[in-house]
Amino acid sequence: MTEIKLVPPNPVANGPVAAAVLACGFGCFALGALAVAADGSRSLAAALNFYNPTGPLSGVATVAIALWLVCWALLAARWRNKTLAFGKVSALAFLLLALGLLLTFPPCGDLMLGR
Amino acid sequence: MEITQRELVTMIHGMLFGGFFLLALFGALVLLLDRFNPDRIAADAASMKPAPRWQTIYLIAMVTLGWAAVISGAYIIYPWYRAIAPPGADLALYPKFLLTAHPTTAGWHNFGMEWKEHVAWIAPMAGTMVAWVMLRHRAAWNAHRSVRSTVLGFVAAAFLAAAIAGGWGAMINKKAPVQGGQSIQLMGSTR
Repeated sequence: MTEIKLVPPNPVANGPVAAAVLACGFGCFALGALAVAADGSRSLAAALNFYNPTGPLSGVATVAIALWLVCWALLAARWRNKTLAFGKVSALAFLLLALGLLLTFPPCGDLMLGR
Repeated sequence: MEITQRELVTMIHGMLFGGFFLLALFGALVLLLDRFNPDRIAADAASMKPAPRWQTIYLIAMVTLGWAAVISGAYIIYPWYRAIAPPGADLALYPKFLLTAHPTTAGWHNFGMEWKEHVAWIAPMAGTMVAWVMLRHRAAWNAHRSVRSTVLGFVAAAFLAAAIAGGWGAMINKKAPVQGGQSIQLMGSTR
């Protein structure tokens, strides 16, 4: 796991932006991962069926958004007034975003589920 | 000239919310690229002014359109699209079943809709983050080039996700339109 270290003080803290960016990447990844997991597991799909007319998509989207916002709030509280090595945060956020985009692509999900 | 209630709501979802969200994302991309200009960054950093009022309204409207598109899509249109067709029903009123009934059209659902229904959510999430950074953390934008590059990358990803969702939505609705509900007369009949 990449360690995110603090860098020397900067007049303008980038911690809150780093928190927003990383949380967004995580939210996108959570969305993709939940979509694939719900597609592969009937019990999880049933558990994520929050609103029957919409089906499991309702739970996938709701849980992913909740995870995104909780992650954002926690990181924002932790990194308030801090200046981080933004390049590492950015790389991790883009990795999560790319994985999230890939997991929403049906052939990738099917590949992971062995179909 | 008539339109059904479901067709009207689908148009509002796709052409008003989704279409304008896509346009707004492209506008945001151009806006952010313009703000890479070193002279503009220096002037903005020196003035310490908050975002201009029009940018605040623009970015909030962009985010609102994005969330309106995905929420109306998932909770109003999608239930009409995926409703289970009773035996012997006219499949024209059940788009998912109309598409999956034939191997030649099943891919529109199994590939297109399966992709669209999930990837769409990435766009408003990324758009919200971008708007929040541009409105609340302009100082960090001006001070760190890596912040500018990252935020720009997320706008591009949001645009890509919205374009995929919008493109598939338009094509699927052309192949198997969501229809039904009360008829609404838009204009008197003409000869």
